[in-house]
Amino acid sequence: MSTFSIKVNGVEHSVEADDATPILWILRDHLQLVGTKYGCGIGQCGACTIHLEGTSARSCNLPISAAAGKSITTIEGLSENGTHPVQKAWVEHDVPQCGYCQSGQIMTAAAFLKENNNPSDEEIKAAMHGNICRCGTYNRIRAAVKTAAQNS
Amino acid sequence: MTKQNIDRRSFLKVSGAATGGVLFGFSWLVSCQNEVQAEIIPELEMPEQWFSLNGYIKIGDNGVVTIMAPNPEIGQNVKTSMPMIVAEELDADWNKVVVEQAPLDPEKFPRQVAGGSQSIRQSWEGLRKAGATAKAMLVAAAAEKWGVDAATLKTEKGHIINANGEKIHYGEVATAASQLEVPEDAPLKDPKDFTIIGQSKKNVDLKDIITGEPLFGLDTKVEGMKYAVVLRPPAFGQKLQSVDDAAAKALTGVESVLQFGDKVAVLANSTWAAMQGKKALTAVWTEDTPLESTTYHDEELAKLLTAKTEAVRHDGNVDRAFAEADEIVERVYESPFLPHNCMEPMNFFAHVTDEKVLLDGPIQTPQWTRQRVADLLEREAEQVEVKMTRMGGGFGRRLYGDFALEAAEVSKLAKAPVQLVFSREDDMSAGTYRMAIKYKIKAAIKDKKITAYHLTEAAINSNMYGLIPNFFPAGAIENYRVDNAKMESNITTGAWRAPYTNFLAFAEQSFFDELSEKMEVDAVQLRLDLLENAKKNKEDERMQWSPDRMQECIKLVAEKAGWSTPKEGVFQGLSAYYSHNTHVAEIAEVVMKENRPVVTKVYCAVDCGIVVNPEAAKNQIEGGIIDGVGHAMFGDLAFNNGIPSATNFDKFRLIRHQEAPEIEVFFIQNNVDPTGLGEPSLPPAGGAIANAIYKATGKRFYKQPFVQEMDVLG
Ligand code: FES
Ligand code: FES
Repeated sequence: MSTFSIKVNGVEHSVEADDATPILWILRDHLQLVGTKYGCGIGQCGACTIHLEGTSARSCNLPISAAAGKSITTIEGLSENGTHPVQKAWVEHDVPQCGYCQSGQIMTAAAFLKENNNPSDEEIKAAMHGNICRCGTYNRIRAAVKTAAQNS
Repeated sequence: MTKQNIDRRSFLKVSGAATGGVLFGFSWLVSCQNEVQAEIIPELEMPEQWFSLNGYIKIGDNGVVTIMAPNPEIGQNVKTSMPMIVAEELDADWNKVVVEQAPLDPEKFPRQVAGGSQSIRQSWEGLRKAGATAKAMLVAAAAEKWGVDAATLKTEKGHIINANGEKIHYGEVATAASQLEVPEDAPLKDPKDFTIIGQSKKNVDLKDIITGEPLFGLDTKVEGMKYAVVLRPPAFGQKLQSVDDAAAKALTGVESVLQFGDKVAVLANSTWAAMQGKKALTAVWTEDTPLESTTYHDEELAKLLTAKTEAVRHDGNVDRAFAEADEIVERVYESPFLPHNCMEPMNFFAHVTDEKVLLDGPIQTPQWTRQRVADLLEREAEQVEVKMTRMGGGFGRRLYGDFALEAAEVSKLAKAPVQLVFSREDDMSAGTYRMAIKYKIKAAIKDKKITAYHLTEAAINSNMYGLIPNFFPAGAIENYRVDNAKMESNITTGAWRAPYTNFLAFAEQSFFDELSEKMEVDAVQLRLDLLENAKKNKEDERMQWSPDRMQECIKLVAEKAGWSTPKEGVFQGLSAYYSHNTHVAEIAEVVMKENRPVVTKVYCAVDCGIVVNPEAAKNQIEGGIIDGVGHAMFGDLAFNNGIPSATNFDKFRLIRHQEAPEIEVFFIQNNVDPTGLGEPSLPPAGGAIANAIYKATGKRFYKQPFVQEMDVLG
């Protein structure tokens, strides 16, 4: 057990946890920020995607000890009231079915578009390939990422 | 067709309760101002008072309307589309509607189940009546207020308008309306007057989904709640002999370890600590029943295909037709087990106290689960309250409330509120799997006609049910027979999105493709001809599908895909299948890339009657196709001594972005009562891609997943 300080969505938190505790569970259970989802716990599905110092990261296999002192953005902090271009594009295309994977998809897309603001379809598919959507909303995600690219 | 009627008593009871009384607003209501496309706009202003007109509808004094979403939402859009139906008949302003998820309340809501793609079909009439009845009460109250005949009043977007053009909103007469008699026969709209049904409305939870608000079962947080993770026998057939929990108990965060039956629950102050605690348990397992492996299932199922079986339907005489045939074609199709792999692993919240039992979480069958929990705890069902969260997928897995029963049992033992969580590994290894199945199909061809069709199913634990043996080609081929056989297994099996047909459709539609080639008839033409034959049996009550509607779907998809004008380097495959009361035809396109077939596109024509929420309906069709393609290509779960071959997504391959084909969906336009869309586009997908891959490569697939067979293509 140690005490760590992490900055989440601009707010400093001090949390007591075991060194190996993944950020995912710090967010969900310690800070009650449940928008970041648990899907596999082994970095395979992308449901738990957050931004660590601005780039996308899997929070399920990122121990708190490795994130301490760094700045984290979660879906809750991506924008004020859902107004990030990626979120708006998600609304425009009414992307979700069950919705469970979508915060991870949005976080991956938002980080990707910062690197590449005019992606081709193939680049979008490659960038999003690590995020599983069991409901199969892939085509809508692709369309929404394109729309977001045009609007950002 | 079963029609569900709203129980009039419950109408009266609810409006009676509201008479003179007032219901207060809730701050957590979901706002759904859907006209706005790319803009997220502020929440609706909540009224000070709500007036309940029936179980589905509350009208606020400011004109805002709450509509209850009665059924569990698993991603099939019923939380949006069912309230749309109520709003339509109520003539509500959809921009002033808030949707609230109803708890389990069988007295108010018939059939609160998410299963079989039946929510819209079976509730269509009841939802319409709920809206129409409330509207009639509001109109009657307005008529009284103005001292005019109700027949002179019109309604529009949450307002009542009189002959002088004066206009009041529903909130202004809600209190008076709530005290009126519930009318018997409020008229329903003519579908041509629909203004909400048939217009795309956004998912009512959309904003909460994209901003990460708590919505799902796993998002439940309750004061004093313990997280519980359960150790279960690692292999089917094993039972617990003993467990050493010392190491688990020594971990920080772990609060207690409880044994129940053959399972051990670790309770902790965080999910992670509970998961670590479970890993720290050392258990000794013994064999209870024989441990089974896939090789054993394969042998047994193969034997069943040749054993003597009982016919579940036999028209004409298939044996005679085979004896007289010019040619006999016989093929065997094989499928593996499949886990459901809902994106949100199984979980449930339970709080068992002496007074009552509270259950809250993702469940497709709240009523059945309530009864089972009541039986387990030896309580009355009325003592068990069930609330429903949004679900991160269902696919049939959440029909089985095993996780809710476990949560209740653990809460009772722990005397605490408990959130029971499956890790992904638990989810994949304590499944209620789609069983492995084999189909043998045998057909007789004589004088270039199919004269007999004989299907034999060999399945694990249970066989196809209901009307499935009467689906196409029953009625289309004179001599027709279906036989069922099964073996028992200790591996738990159950419904998996489009039960049986999820694989049967692939077998059948691949088989017909092969027959069309042998008979030298175009694949589209062969299906149309067979459907033409089936028309003479239309009166047979076992035939609940329509040859005419299926023909229309096939013609439409063939036209849209350009079936008759082949494209250079593009190979097409057809598949058409009726299931869950909806008719679907699909054409898949495959191109060769680096010597391997790649599915690039699927065209799909659907007849589901009236399309309630078109964009969401398309989303369902797309999802079903991607699911069908994905599992046909990659889905595989084998067993080795009772242990599943994959327990997480590193070993179990699900379809991902780069493998998802483009999809175009076309709906047949008609005014037939609507049917469901959660399942019907899945069954045809496997056959469509298999038939296209055959054209591209000359190789037919008889076994799923195709990816294993593709390796032989190099
Ligand atoms: S939960 Fe982190 S990648 Fe799946
Ligand atoms: S929307 Fe259900 S998993 Fe993606």
